[in-house]
Amino acid sequence: MTTSRREGLVAVTDVAAQRLNTRAIELTPWLALRDVKGVTKRNLLRIVRTPQLMVISIMQPTIILLLLRYVLGGAIRVPGLNYVDFVVPGVFVQAVLIGGMTTAVALAQDLQLGMIDRFRSLPMARSAFLTARSLADLCRNVLALVFVIALALVVGFRFHSSFGACVGGVALIILFGYTFTWIYAAVGLAVKDPQTAQVAALLPMFILFFASSAIVPVATMPGWLQPFARNQPATEVIDSVRALFEGGPVVHELWQALAWSLGILVVFFAVSLRLYRRAAS
Amino acid sequence: MLEVRFEHRWRWIPFSITRLRQARSTGTPTGDSARGARGPFSPSLHEVPGGYGPYCEAVATSARVSKGEAAIEVDALTKSFDATVALDHVSFDIAPGNVLALLGPNGAGKTTLIRILTTLLHPDSGRARVAGLDVHRDAVELRSMIGLAGQFATVDELLTGRENLELVGLLYHLPRAEYRSRAQSALERMGLTGAANAPVKTYAGGMRRRLDLAASLIGRPPVLFLDEPTTGLDPRTRNDLWTFIGQLVVEGTTVLLTTQYMEEAEHLADDIVVLDVGHVVAQGTADQLKDQLGGDVLEVRVLHPEDLARAAELVSPYGDAPVRVDVELQQLRLPVKGGAEVLLAAGRMLEDNGVGLADFGIRRPSLDDVFLALTGHDTEPRAGDDVTARRPGRRD
Repeated sequence: MTTSRREGLVAVTDVAAQRLNTRAIELTPWLALRDVKGVTKRNLLRIVRTPQLMVISIMQPTIILLLLRYVLGGAIRVPGLNYVDFVVPGVFVQAVLIGGMTTAVALAQDLQLGMIDRFRSLPMARSAFLTARSLADLCRNVLALVFVIALALVVGFRFHSSFGACVGGVALIILFGYTFTWIYAAVGLAVKDPQTAQVAALLPMFILFFASSAIVPVATMPGWLQPFARNQPATEVIDSVRALFEGGPVVHELWQALAWSLGILVVFFAVSLRLYRRAAS
Repeated sequence: MLEVRFEHRWRWIPFSITRLRQARSTGTPTGDSARGARGPFSPSLHEVPGGYGPYCEAVATSARVSKGEAAIEVDALTKSFDATVALDHVSFDIAPGNVLALLGPNGAGKTTLIRILTTLLHPDSGRARVAGLDVHRDAVELRSMIGLAGQFATVDELLTGRENLELVGLLYHLPRAEYRSRAQSALERMGLTGAANAPVKTYAGGMRRRLDLAASLIGRPPVLFLDEPTTGLDPRTRNDLWTFIGQLVVEGTTVLLTTQYMEEAEHLADDIVVLDVGHVVAQGTADQLKDQLGGDVLEVRVLHPEDLARAAELVSPYGDAPVRVDVELQQLRLPVKGGAEVLLAAGRMLEDNGVGLADFGIRRPSLDDVFLALTGHDTEPRAGDDVTARRPGRRD
């Protein structure tokens, strides 16, 4: 059946046929960047309009910091360092890891509510949606980190090295938090349900934070755990940051931390994008 | 609590797409006569600066849809989820500017089909082309030619109505000035200007649905997919949406919609495809489908509700399909062949058994009758339950 069955409708059919032949706009890199900007703005608006979520993502590292500083800190001795100076870099890293969990929850939510269907049916760049998610969460992470740094200074933490090294350390934490966003993105898209995403996202955070050099030196752990604890990404990042804040040789840890971050970024960017393309709510 | 005022109300009058189309085709498209014929309706897309269609108005150098070709071609599409067959060799065409309704109960595969045609899902086998573009190979280009409004309003709850529309406009790659003005005119057209700057979470269901539809129209797509556009809406809002969809068709939009409501399919669609458990069980115009039943319907309305079950039992031998009982209307419907003879015999039988009648006669079949005869769903024990299931639907 190729013509309208109704009489006297030639004009409408012609208009319809003409409209079907309009040419689509080609997707240029500039337009893809514009997509990222637009969706990032949407995500930031969502963050601003749910201040309670922001408060909670700041409260968690706050509690951890106070707990380690005042409750447990007295019982832990670290040779050569005040415990507060030892533990704070780990708390900073934990703050960005916790912040990333909202990425998983937000994506699972978008999937469940059909927002991802809407975006995927639009002529926008495929990578723009996830990139925008990660950038908005980066902004939120930076904000949370600024707060936790201020709090750490209040409870007695001090930077002991040059300004440049300290900025470098903070930058490394932010970079690591950003790469971790992509792991959380994959988790959120894989589990497809906000509640499950919340629990699933806790797992990598717990393992990486507690089985690391964040709270106690790795040397105090049992022998079977040490190889993992010494070489996992969070330890490399925490050790680098500690060295950058305290002064001292950092090159080895820094390279390892950067390599881990880059590796995670590349692998999980690919995994997340693949999950997004195949997402079926 | 947010109070919402409607800027202009759509006329709540019975309306016919055919009449509107004729008005359009006899006058010049921008002439006063055509505009006059659309008098009761809000300003159409044609009167909005920038016209309609994807922003780049240029016609493709070689026409993708040549004269006489279909706007949407679906050819032997098959899709399974694990062991469940969602679509089994589904085929149909839609001519440019036509409306096709996919009619079927929950789980018939309607949403799966829409998801494939809007590039959200890959079929296992078969081919589909929309606006001359393959849903798999040309997916990127295809997305700028289509609009999708879902069964569940896929708008962002935390954003305002305006922010939602502007975001979608941006993602259709319209220039800023263009998407801003289109968002504004869409809000006006949908009667949402009063709530334009309120977060969507404060919207009522009907407003949300209208915003969702507006979002799917920001790119002025030549092909529109509507997945159960009126499920769960009150009759008033549903009528508004019908009017609006009719308006879009007059402007040359090709529409594929899914519905569980016979009335909706009959009202809006040129063609109807009846889907049941992934199979096309029938297709054609509403009239063709009715003719396919090859007979009439005996309609009996009883005086006393307690007689209903007994009456159903008494008349059922005269029909060639099961009796449908509507408790609310105290009514029976039974497809029959043989016209007057059957009418007399059944009438005598009821009278002899002392069933009081409020109304009794032979009618032309409704789409409901056709649907039942085709799918046989009435065999399920659901006395009094209209099989078209007028209750909020689930996504299938």
